[in-house]
Amino acid sequence: MTSGHRRAVITGVGAVAPGGIGRDAYWDLLTAGRTATRRISLFDPAGFRSQVAAECDFDPLAAGLTPQEARRMDRAGQFAVVAAREAVADSGIELPGTDPERVGVSIGSAVGCTMGLEEEYAVLSDGGRDWLVDHSYGVPHLYGYMVPSTLAVEVARQAGAEGPVALISTGCTSGLDAIGHGVQLIEEGTADIVLAGATDAPLSPITSACFDAIKATTANNDDPRHASRPFDGRRDGFVLGEGSAVMVLEELESARRRGATVYAEILGFAGRSNAFHMTGLKPDGREMAEAVRVALDRARLDPEGIDYINAHGSGTKQNDRHETAAFKRSLGQRAHEVPVSSIKSMIGHSLGAIGSLEIAACALALRHQVVPPTANLSTPDPECDLDYVPVTAREHRMDRVLSVGSGFGGFQTAMVLGRPGLAHGEAA
Amino acid sequence: MSASGIRPGRRGRSVVTGLGVVAPTGIGAARHWESVLSGKSGLGRITRFDPTGYPVRVAGEVPGFRAAGQVPGRLVPQTDRYTHFALAAAEDALADAAADPATLPEYEMAVVTASSSGGTEFGQHEMENLYQKGSSWVGAYQSIAWFYAATTGQVSIRHGMRGPCGVICGEQAGGLDALGQSRRLLDTGSRLVLSGGTDASLCPYGLVAQLSTGRLSTEDDPARAYLPFDAAASGFVPGEGGAILVVESADAAHARGVPAYGELLGYAAGFDPTADGATRLPVTDDAARSAPAPDATRLPVADRAAQPPAPSRTTARRSVLVSVIRRALADAGLAPGDVDMVFADASGTPAEDLAEARALTEVFGPGGVPVTAPKTLTGRLYAGGAALDVATALLALSAGVVPHTAGLGRPAPGCEIDLVLDRPRQTDPRTALVLARGHGGFTSALVVGAGDRNALRR
Amino acid sequence: MPEFTLDDLRRILRASGGVDEQTDLDGEHFADTSFADLGYDSLALLELVNRIEREYDLQIPDGDLAHTQTPREALTYVHARLTEARV
Repeated sequence: MTSGHRRAVITGVGAVAPGGIGRDAYWDLLTAGRTATRRISLFDPAGFRSQVAAECDFDPLAAGLTPQEARRMDRAGQFAVVAAREAVADSGIELPGTDPERVGVSIGSAVGCTMGLEEEYAVLSDGGRDWLVDHSYGVPHLYGYMVPSTLAVEVARQAGAEGPVALISTGCTSGLDAIGHGVQLIEEGTADIVLAGATDAPLSPITSACFDAIKATTANNDDPRHASRPFDGRRDGFVLGEGSAVMVLEELESARRRGATVYAEILGFAGRSNAFHMTGLKPDGREMAEAVRVALDRARLDPEGIDYINAHGSGTKQNDRHETAAFKRSLGQRAHEVPVSSIKSMIGHSLGAIGSLEIAACALALRHQVVPPTANLSTPDPECDLDYVPVTAREHRMDRVLSVGSGFGGFQTAMVLGRPGLAHGEAA
Repeated sequence: MSASGIRPGRRGRSVVTGLGVVAPTGIGAARHWESVLSGKSGLGRITRFDPTGYPVRVAGEVPGFRAAGQVPGRLVPQTDRYTHFALAAAEDALADAAADPATLPEYEMAVVTASSSGGTEFGQHEMENLYQKGSSWVGAYQSIAWFYAATTGQVSIRHGMRGPCGVICGEQAGGLDALGQSRRLLDTGSRLVLSGGTDASLCPYGLVAQLSTGRLSTEDDPARAYLPFDAAASGFVPGEGGAILVVESADAAHARGVPAYGELLGYAAGFDPTADGATRLPVTDDAARSAPAPDATRLPVADRAAQPPAPSRTTARRSVLVSVIRRALADAGLAPGDVDMVFADASGTPAEDLAEARALTEVFGPGGVPVTAPKTLTGRLYAGGAALDVATALLALSAGVVPHTAGLGRPAPGCEIDLVLDRPRQTDPRTALVLARGHGGFTSALVVGAGDRNALRR
Repeated sequence: MPEFTLDDLRRILRASGGVDEQTDLDGEHFADTSFADLGYDSLALLELVNRIEREYDLQIPDGDLAHTQTPREALTYVHARLTEARV
């Protein structure tokens, strides 16, 4: 049964997402096809080009954080810790009975503790007046906002981890890359358990302004609920989101020994870069296709082995075309046969966090054998001609699923997950 | 094959064939190494802004760096100084390795760098635009200059490297983690990796954020401000710069016919939950520092505080640093006696210096290995610090000397280590251990061995 | 009505997009060389638009200036917008 190497499986899932805190609320939202996008309430968006976002209705104290934790952690840190707690509880793992050196953490984040960093900047600079910011107004944990590694530190302290701890920050592929890093730690034998996922809370003026400046986000402010339109002919940019998902990754044999319930096995992942442009994409999808090809190769699968594609589907003009081309290029005819969907239509694009929320969605899709839909897809785009599962969730037999990410810097990542119990690379 | 592409069995050999350095000790590996050998410090009063009003006024700045001359003109306004440093260092490292990316397979070249706080100065400028003038004054480049992946992305684009790209943030330990990751990439299909890290957070907001850790030295005399393991230790001096290294599989380097400064022999990382960090425990009081975290900071199911706490965890609990050193040595297949020199983390805070000295004593015995910290010449470079330490260690191996730690006077009581003082030792070291600790508990170790390149290409 | 000359465009391009040794913004062919050949990418053009908008108090619709290929075309476009704004 075992092929002589260590394998990584998901045994616990925790999520903080727009439209629902917790794994079950998250899955309900996705399968109902509800959109959590709305006019921004976390700050006054008047005067900004894009005024909509997918926000989490998140109260740190109600979510179980203590007042000091809530004060110390930036919103992104709060999300990650709450998601990590849920994942650990879900896995049923007894961390105190585990050698702490064998427990690792791999958290992704694109923009770290930007929200805390910006709020403190506004005070220390007295509303931008002083270049020589006033240190006497600095909060004690200010440096914790300056370095994104704080997010991994917080999760590591929660878990009592003493093994390898990393914060992976590759922009919008951070989530997939962080989970991939966790898989690597398990496969190479450095850790038996890794809390892996990602978190981002980018809904602050500076992040909104920087995406305004490059016109990457939607200007559809009049109809927030329908503003995120991946693969739709009327899409006009992505909708910012926020949130976190954390998974318990475990070495397969040790998960089996303790009788853990397995959501999915990570069968393959790979990253490639387009070395083309920091924000621009070539229409041919060449490097994303190469990432998919290598991920399938590592999973020992042909394109026919893939039953569902969880797309990056950001809803920008160039992404959705690029991605569609990449699927055709890497999967051939299979790209036309499998359902493809973008959950960003419902929960927006939470930058680095989204990859973790998408892998959580894939794990849940495999468990429930349901494909979440692409909401708001009503006007076909001739250049996006695959089966994007418009509007309504679909029951679908799935053994193996593919998820991809694409981000600034030119990074492209692909990951393949399989239903538990399948031997590596074999047919179901 | 596995999901990550790792094949069972022994790792391939990873060698370093090129070094690019941008540091307070000089631009270029040769100039940096001359400064190290002569003990020439790059510390001084901050000039990038007026530090008069701040309690910390000394730092290590890169002298004479002109972005316009060292970075492609189009990229200068698009990127932060930390990326300027990395672009310049990457160019130098590739030239030093005689590697022409255009002749190598595009998907087999990767980039993985450490980032500590991203494009800090760029970000402060754009936040100033936002808060002073309004959201439409935030520039188009903020979206690609401020984030932590800016450097890796720009370097990948500049050199056409289309393999897997990565960014690891482990604060001051990140440089070692990036190099550790470069070995994994070489084991999973890459042949050449640009790795290392740079930092440039010497702007007012960057410095003020660093002040909040309480670890920076407020000493005004540059010669007295950063004295690790010394009785007069008063914290550390921040610096800017770093190093980018060309890491190649030994087979690829052999095929190209280029010599190597050395080899990455072993790596390990761990997390020290007793370290100062997110909870900002007091640093002066050993007992308070080592107190168990309150129940609420643990997961309900991971409530190890329910176990009877040890009376003093600094002595009773296992040292994470010791464990990380031992794991790195095991990964390298070396015994403690095989290590010829240690490049210490050398935090400059008395409690952390003592903890590091004790860990070294526990592994190597009292005075069991020469220990050095040339970083007293540069200050601590955050994401760039550990990468520069590895570059310095490789230069030392190729030159056959143990560089000294300049400027120290009287060793701190309790530090039973053989600190190399006053002058370099010509002992022809063949192996070096490099240690790094990052804010919050990151703890990493890298073992490097000598290669067949014994002089700097000038 | 504020003037907008080739020199203004050159000045804003230098500040927003940077310069390098390969391209000559002062040369006689500058105005009719494509932005791509001058080395300015899509982000540099977005930044150019942002700066012209702020400095000349104009609203330039998405993509309008992106369709211009050369400094001269951009100059013509901005002239037209400034004239509209005055009317």
